[in-house]
Amino acid sequence: MTTEQKPGPIVQYQDVNKVYRGGNVAVEHITLTIDQGDFVCLIGTSGSGKTTTMRMINRMLEPTGGTILFKGQDIHKQDPVALRRHIGYVIQNIGLMPHMTLYENITLVPKLLKWPEEKRRAKAEELIKMVDLPVDYLDRYPAELSGGQQQRIGVIRALAANQDLILMDEPFGALDPITRESLQDLVKNLQQKLGKTVVFVTHDMDEALKLATKIVVMDGGHIIQTATPTELLQHPATPFVRELIGEERLIQARADVTTVGAIMLKNPVSITPGKSLVEAIQLMRDRRVDTLLVVDDNGYLKGFIDIESLTRQYAKSTAVADIMQKKLFYVQESALLRDSVDRILKRGLKYVPVVDQDNKLKGIVTRAALVDMVYDTIWGDNADHDAQAPATDAEPQAGGDQNG
Amino acid sequence: MGDFLAQHGMELLVKTWEQLYISGISLGLGILVAVPLGVILTRFPRTAKVVIAIASMLQTVPSLALLALMIPLFGIGRVPAIVALFIYSLLPILRNTYIGMEDVSPVLKDSAKGMGMTAGQSIVQVELPMAMPVIMAGIRLSAVYVIAWATLASYIGAGGLGDLIFSGLNLFQPALIIGGTIPVTLLALVVDWLLGKLEKRLTPRTSRKEA
Repeated sequence: MTTEQKPGPIVQYQDVNKVYRGGNVAVEHITLTIDQGDFVCLIGTSGSGKTTTMRMINRMLEPTGGTILFKGQDIHKQDPVALRRHIGYVIQNIGLMPHMTLYENITLVPKLLKWPEEKRRAKAEELIKMVDLPVDYLDRYPAELSGGQQQRIGVIRALAANQDLILMDEPFGALDPITRESLQDLVKNLQQKLGKTVVFVTHDMDEALKLATKIVVMDGGHIIQTATPTELLQHPATPFVRELIGEERLIQARADVTTVGAIMLKNPVSITPGKSLVEAIQLMRDRRVDTLLVVDDNGYLKGFIDIESLTRQYAKSTAVADIMQKKLFYVQESALLRDSVDRILKRGLKYVPVVDQDNKLKGIVTRAALVDMVYDTIWGDNADHDAQAPATDAEPQAGGDQNG
Repeated sequence: MGDFLAQHGMELLVKTWEQLYISGISLGLGILVAVPLGVILTRFPRTAKVVIAIASMLQTVPSLALLALMIPLFGIGRVPAIVALFIYSLLPILRNTYIGMEDVSPVLKDSAKGMGMTAGQSIVQVELPMAMPVIMAGIRLSAVYVIAWATLASYIGAGGLGDLIFSGLNLFQPALIIGGTIPVTLLALVVDWLLGKLEKRLTPRTSRKEA
């Protein structure tokens, strides 16, 4: 037996298909593992199969092929009614029973499970306090609450029977942005505090990036990419994923996820210590630079020489090693640009050598490259140098011309 | 007026009771059959169309003809009258039950099912309470129809206030006609009012304030 703390898979899809009568394929070849404590967001456009994928977990829809395991057990071999009572369910239109008080709504599943009255009452009071609503609201009817308050009740109703897994189908889609945000915070908090697993369907990328520990991008009934929010922003798998994320978010996220290596200039001008100063000055002249990085025969960064020291010591020395300055500022290739850019700018360096973890020279970051970065962040990807992203928005430039 | 009551008072009471009795049993049977049938039909939408069409057709058979048609099957007296009125009561209740159940928000049905209610629990705890006002409207409509048409049942020997009215017609005594008609109308109004009260009690509250 493994220890209980080790999070194992709570839901496993094994090559699951769903074909509707008439041959409409809803989802195909879905293979996905959801671990305990995961906050999984299924995201895609409408018709991508995200809701179908979710609704198969509690057998609101039956797969036409493949197997789904809930806590290691094939759900197809379980009584659907009993299964659903152990899985929380929150839907977009809230679905509170209008003819039941909040107390009756919250304790609906516990009542179906035949909990005694005192236990139900205690649970309802505990839960309603968690969402910052007064206990005497329990006697009210849903119609007496605002939409946001109603969905708070919808959320805690899904927790009332101590369900480990909560399914949420665009639960905040109908709410105004401010209410939506506060409910997102609430759900994220509850999920982390109570260690629940959430499967959350949304078409809102901001929501997915904010809430998810794992994002599953779906299109046309297939899973396109499964990744953490950071991975997704760093490496969108296909143009579709890029589009879904949106160029704006990718650019904004770039400073957060781009490494120094991604923007450095490769093949910096370098020289070995054994070369003569004559060769050094010739190289400078050929490449039109005033400094040379010094690397040994194996490519390890040793130091640099610049034109001033070369001029001063030209008469006395003959080899690069003699005039090389060993103290220099450099950055790791894998360092995040976000963390490096400030240091580079503050030191007033014209360029910074970039090394890998073995201290081998890989390239340089110039101030010009940083300017490009900042420019992209502000204006979008208009510049020609970035072939990766197509131009999306030319307005800022045009506007600038008119104003000037 | 006083004379009329002195002469026919006792008869009036007995006939009113008979009218109520015939209508009550017909309506009761109608509710017992049409409400469950309406609920079941919501699970079979295609069959529902056929069944409701048949019920509508029965509704169009002239009431006198329907009563007459009962005679070869059940003879004369109360039984054929009750059967005929029962058939009439079916359609409004059946149709309203079906519509009421169909109109329950799919969101609520999905929510009930998704939380783990059985089909029966969903019907009893969610769908019927939500559909109650529409179902009750059908029952009230049927009640008024049945009470009015029970008057005709006197033709096939079922008794009721129709006896007074038809005697009045045969004997050219307007007092008898009016004396039979007014109680029928009053009966229909009172029953409708009582059912209205019942409807209010059966319709679940959705707010702490009394509507």
